Parts: sequence; structure tokens; C-alpha cells
Amino acid sequence: MTVLEFSLVVCAGSLIAGFLGALTGLGGGGLLVPMLLLLGVDIHYAIGASLVSVIATSSGAAAAYVREGFSNIRIGMFLEIATTTGALVGATLATHVSGGAIATVFGLVLIGSAYLSRKPRSKEEREAPQDPLATKLRMNGSFPDREGTREYNVQHVPAGLSLMFVAGALSGLLGIGSGAMKVLAMDRAMKIPFKVSTTTSNFMIGVTAAASAGIYLSRGYIDPGLSMPVMLGVLGGSLLGARVLVRAEIKWLRRVFSLVIVALGIEMLYKGLSGKL
Amino acid sequence: MSMNESWNDKKMDIFIGSLLRAGILFSGFIVAIGAIIYLIRDGHSPVNYRMFHGETPYFRTVAGVLRDAVALRGRGIIQLGLLFLIATPVARVAFSIFGFARERDYLYAIVASIVLLILLYSILFY
Repeated sequence: MTVLEFSLVVCAGSLIAGFLGALTGLGGGGLLVPMLLLLGVDIHYAIGASLVSVIATSSGAAAAYVREGFSNIRIGMFLEIATTTGALVGATLATHVSGGAIATVFGLVLIGSAYLSRKPRSKEEREAPQDPLATKLRMNGSFPDREGTREYNVQHVPAGLSLMFVAGALSGLLGIGSGAMKVLAMDRAMKIPFKVSTTTSNFMIGVTAAASAGIYLSRGYIDPGLSMPVMLGVLGGSLLGARVLVRAEIKWLRRVFSLVIVALGIEMLYKGLSGKL
Repeated sequence: MSMNESWNDKKMDIFIGSLLRAGILFSGFIVAIGAIIYLIRDGHSPVNYRMFHGETPYFRTVAGVLRDAVALRGRGIIQLGLLFLIATPVARVAFSIFGFARERDYLYAIVASIVLLILLYSILFY
């Protein structure tokens, strides 16, 4: 394959990864890596390109989500304390812990949560009273809904914060964006509306990824020739995904999300059991 | 929430949104320019990412990337654009400190400062 042909193929694949990444709040790195491996790219370059794709998806889509009032900046910033600390701890532990075992457990968790994440929230859950801690932290907010603006109350901040620490540690340990864990923590534990959860995860994953950018760059994982079509494709895809999310029905978004995390779960299981990490 | 407060939050959203958009458009533009030069010069050579060699040392440091980009090499310009892309979320955190402080939300100005410190620590020392 020539450089031109290769760039066009990678750009097209990245467009899809960026689209799904922006729509689900997962970043799309987990979709990009297997595709690059199939094209015969070495795992180190693939991981470097995946980091670039996560930052591009996050910033590209978040630009739209924040402006339109979907992402909650306060929730995102507060939880980033846990994800960035977690990532530091994870990166420090990475040399002492078996990545394979962790990937296997994480894969099983993802497949299990795919089932949970399809379930819409009950009326009681949606109308839960304000949580004192979340109110103190000014996390409650509103977002544009079909019938105008919908208010929501955030619950269980400590549980959410702990899960975000785990999400950060996983990304430090396994070199993944761990958007899945972030969406699940906000959607399931903190009872944040699904669209706010995915768009706030999208807002956050760029920061988690940027934290490891220094290591990847200095180890030479980021190749400009490979990252170029990835970045341009992912940017296009994420801008497209952001347009679709605004109008999409939540039931449908939940379905896409659970399908993608099943795929990610299987990928993690495979990585863990085959020792390819 | 009072009217004044929600208006400020709205303004903050627009500010952060515009910052992110400017970051990706600017870095995307630079990568695209690098891509054109790179594809015109090397578009027809065969591609090889099968083996990991690590990037040449000057693509691993900011100073090295700058030198190569100034020489108008396609790959150097792309790498420079990627550095701007990586800097975008960091700038977002840095400018939020300023935004929250202007909103007189000092709790969140501190939260954003903590995130920025951890982020800079992990970028510079890992």
C-alpha cells in the first residue's frame, strides 16, 4: 500500500471511530486500535494514534456539547480530580501489576454493564430529591430536551468519585481512555441523565488522555504519518456525531452505547486472555 | 439559581466551547497543511508501520518538532499540529480557572487549579 492509499483508508475508518466515539462518550480509541492492528500497524504506533484520536474526539465534540449546554463543566472538572490522580497511580502501578488480569476483569465488567446500561431510569429515580453534597458542589443542572429545558439532581457523589478514580487508574494501567467507565459512573451511580453523562464523559476524556501524552510522545509512540489521517478523520466524525446526538432519542443512544461496550468488553477479554497488552 | 448566576454559567459554557473549537480548528488546519506537503512528497512511497522503531529523537521533544516544522517538512508540521491538539484540553483547564474566578466561584477555581497541577505534573514528569 502507498502512503496515500493507506492515509485514505485510515481516514475513513477514523471517521467512523470519531462518529461513534462522540455519540457514546467513549472516545473511539477502543475502536481504532483493532482497525489499525488489522491494517498491520505495530501496537505501539496504534496506541499512540489512539491517544491522538481520543483528544481529537473529545475536543471536537465537546466544543459543540458545552456550547449547547449538554456537558456539565462543574461535574466534569470535579471528577477530573479523581481521574487524573487515578491515572497517575495507575501509571505508577503499571510495572508491578499484571495488565492481563486487569483487562480480563475489566472486560467482564463491561459486558455486565452493557446489560445494565440499556435499562432506562425509573420515574422515582428521575425525580429523586436534591442530594446535599451535590447541591453544595453546585452540580445540579439542566440540559436542552425535546420539551424545552430539563432539570436534574445529581446523586451519590462519593460513589461517583471513587468510580472515576478506578476509571483513571484503568487508563493509567491499560493505556485506554476508559470513557465507558466514566459514562457508567455518571449514568448508573450518580443518576445523571444519559445525554449529560455521555457528553460530560466526552468533555473529560481529553484531559485524561492529555495526561499521558507526555509519556507517549517521549517514548516515540506518536507517528505524524499515521496520526495525520487519524486526527483529520476523527475530527470530521466527531463533529458529525455531535450533530446527531443533539437530536437523537435516548433509547436509541443507550442501544448504540451498550453495543459498543460489549464490543469493547470482548476486546478487553481477548487482550487479557491472550496476553496481548 | 438567580438570573445573574445562570447567565454567567451560560457565558462560561460559550467561552469554554469557543476555546475548544479554536483549538481543534487551529491544530486541524496545521495538520492539514503538513498533510498536503507530506502527501505530495511521499504519497507514493510504500507504507511501513509493521515494526516499531520509535520516532526519530527530534519528534519526541517539543524543540525537535519545532525545528523540523520551521524547515517546512510535512511530518514536522503535522507533529506541531498534534502538539497544539494535545495542548487544547490543557488550555481548557487553565482557562476554566480564570472563568470560574470571574464568576466568583472560588471553590471551582481551586478544583480547576488542582486538576491543572496534576495534569502538568503528569505531562512533565512521566
